[in-house]
Amino acid sequence: MVIEVNQITKRFDAFTALKGLSLQVRPGELVALLGPSGSGKTTLLRIIAGLEFADEGRILFDGADAGERHVGERRVGFVFQHYALFRHMTVLENVAFGLRVVPRERRLSNHDIEKRVHTLLSLVQLDQLSGRYPSQLSGGQRQRVALARALAIEPRVLLLDEPFGALDAKVRKELRRWLRRLHDEMGLTSIFVTHDQEEALELADRVVVMNHGAIEQVGTPEEVYNSPATPFVYEFLGNVNRLDCKIKDGAVGLWGSKIKAETQDGRPVPSGEVAGYAYVRPHDIEFVEGGHALAEPAIVRHVAAAGPTARIELALEGHSNLIEAELPRQRYLELGLKSGQSVMIAARAARVFPATFDGN
Amino acid sequence: MALGKPRKEARVASLTESPAMRAGLIGLALVFILAFIVLPLLAVFTEALRNGFGAYLTAIEDPVALAAVKLTFIAAGISVPLNLVFGIAASWAIAKFDFRGKSVLITFIDLPFSVSPVIAGLIYMLLFGAQGLMGPFLQSMDVQIIFAVPGIVLATIFVTFPFVARELIPLMQEQGTEEEEAARSLGASGWQTFWRVTLPNIKWGLLYGVLLCNARAMGEFGAVSVVSGHIRGMTNTMPLHVEILYNEYNMVAAFAVASLLASLAVVTLIAKGILEWRYEHELAAIPR
Repeated sequence: MVIEVNQITKRFDAFTALKGLSLQVRPGELVALLGPSGSGKTTLLRIIAGLEFADEGRILFDGADAGERHVGERRVGFVFQHYALFRHMTVLENVAFGLRVVPRERRLSNHDIEKRVHTLLSLVQLDQLSGRYPSQLSGGQRQRVALARALAIEPRVLLLDEPFGALDAKVRKELRRWLRRLHDEMGLTSIFVTHDQEEALELADRVVVMNHGAIEQVGTPEEVYNSPATPFVYEFLGNVNRLDCKIKDGAVGLWGSKIKAETQDGRPVPSGEVAGYAYVRPHDIEFVEGGHALAEPAIVRHVAAAGPTARIELALEGHSNLIEAELPRQRYLELGLKSGQSVMIAARAARVFPATFDGN
Repeated sequence: MALGKPRKEARVASLTESPAMRAGLIGLALVFILAFIVLPLLAVFTEALRNGFGAYLTAIEDPVALAAVKLTFIAAGISVPLNLVFGIAASWAIAKFDFRGKSVLITFIDLPFSVSPVIAGLIYMLLFGAQGLMGPFLQSMDVQIIFAVPGIVLATIFVTFPFVARELIPLMQEQGTEEEEAARSLGASGWQTFWRVTLPNIKWGLLYGVLLCNARAMGEFGAVSVVSGHIRGMTNTMPLHVEILYNEYNMVAAFAVASLLASLAVVTLIAKGILEWRYEHELAAIPR
């Protein structure tokens, strides 16, 4: 199903949670709404579900306005952050709930309902626990019950609010892969909310990066990670070094190379001299031979070499903050870097934005 | 070493009480319960049976006493269901929705707890009494509220007003609205959500609130005393009847009726105990 979000604005008293936001989700897509808390991502999900209503703008499901229909009529499968399982019902009854509340003339027979529930429980690998109560399940099991319950009504779209937020790291990873497989098998259009960038990048077909009730960037995980559109996306996704710099006539000389400044909304960079920020990913920092023209001297301050990548903290002249570099273990061993050592560094890639944006 | 040792002992002692201390604390609590709750309760029953079981039965079978029992049941039978419905509605509104004037509503619900019951009775006198605000109107309609059953029911409703709501509000607030939202998202109607999700989740708190409400409705004295007019066999509830008998130095009868009231309280408590016990079994047995 195609979901179209059209110029949605939502206010809570004086606080504007969503500011005229638009988004299109394609059929069968798995989309992540990614952002810090308070960015409006959960509000957007709840408005799509019909649990919350927008003050302005429209929601279209396959081209039909869903705005007036409440959550029960939209046929959305919603998985709540804390699962919201019915605590007084067994797993079986939880999953059967959506089938039992159907008006009598359209309701399946008891036998068919139970058959359907058992099919769903096998799908989430919980059939043997159908008689348990939610309090007797682990977090990961509850999560899967919640999913089975949402799928029972044969939803047209699956919405998940922080689906892995309350789970420990190992279970989270397993469930993530499992959910991706399930999504691919069922071909259901799905949207999930997360504040965990790793989760969004690993799981989603497209990532919607949100901040302050607006979309910063929409793109594939690769796009948003490798070519962030705004300083916010740069800082929110992955590690990045931010360096103060002076933009002169639209460009910056950084460590010997000249980098053109850009703005997030495509406006021209102010002419003359303005303050700016240069962004360099830690893994884009290169260690070069002395005497190299396009290089900057730095001093190694700290080395953390456990694991497949070594993290090097460097002090640069004229910058109060340490910057971080990452390099493969092999390369690190070749270089034999040690604390206190003088090195020359260069940037493989860097981007510069003027420092006039909010939040900077 | 000489300095270190006592300090270490003091630290351990501050973490765990000595056996003597523990026994002392438990004993103190038991003595308190015995002296202030169990002994008076026993005294009621022994006083009531002082002249034998026959005298006890005579006191209870007295038509005036039976009328008082009946009136008490009527007052409780009307006020408890009304407050049950009101309590659920109010706590639902307060716990699940945000609206202007919410704190004012909570304050009003608490009002009967903070106002003396006698004042509650007087308020109804001022409103519905012969000299009251609505008195002439009621007289012209030939409706009697004060010194009659309606007044007693009204006073009882007033004093038992907060019990159910007070029990449910924190419970419902703690449970939040997620389960209701889940039910709605699965296609349940508002009523289905209430009957299948909300009510089962609050039933034990609700039951407890109703039991407390009922105990108070049957035992209320002050407010009812003001509006009742103490007409024997007509507008006397059990507590009022006990007082009249006591003032007439009819000790056996007074304590006999009092023992009935006390029995109601004990039965209420036992009922609560049984329900809780059954609830535990229900969870343990995992029914399908």
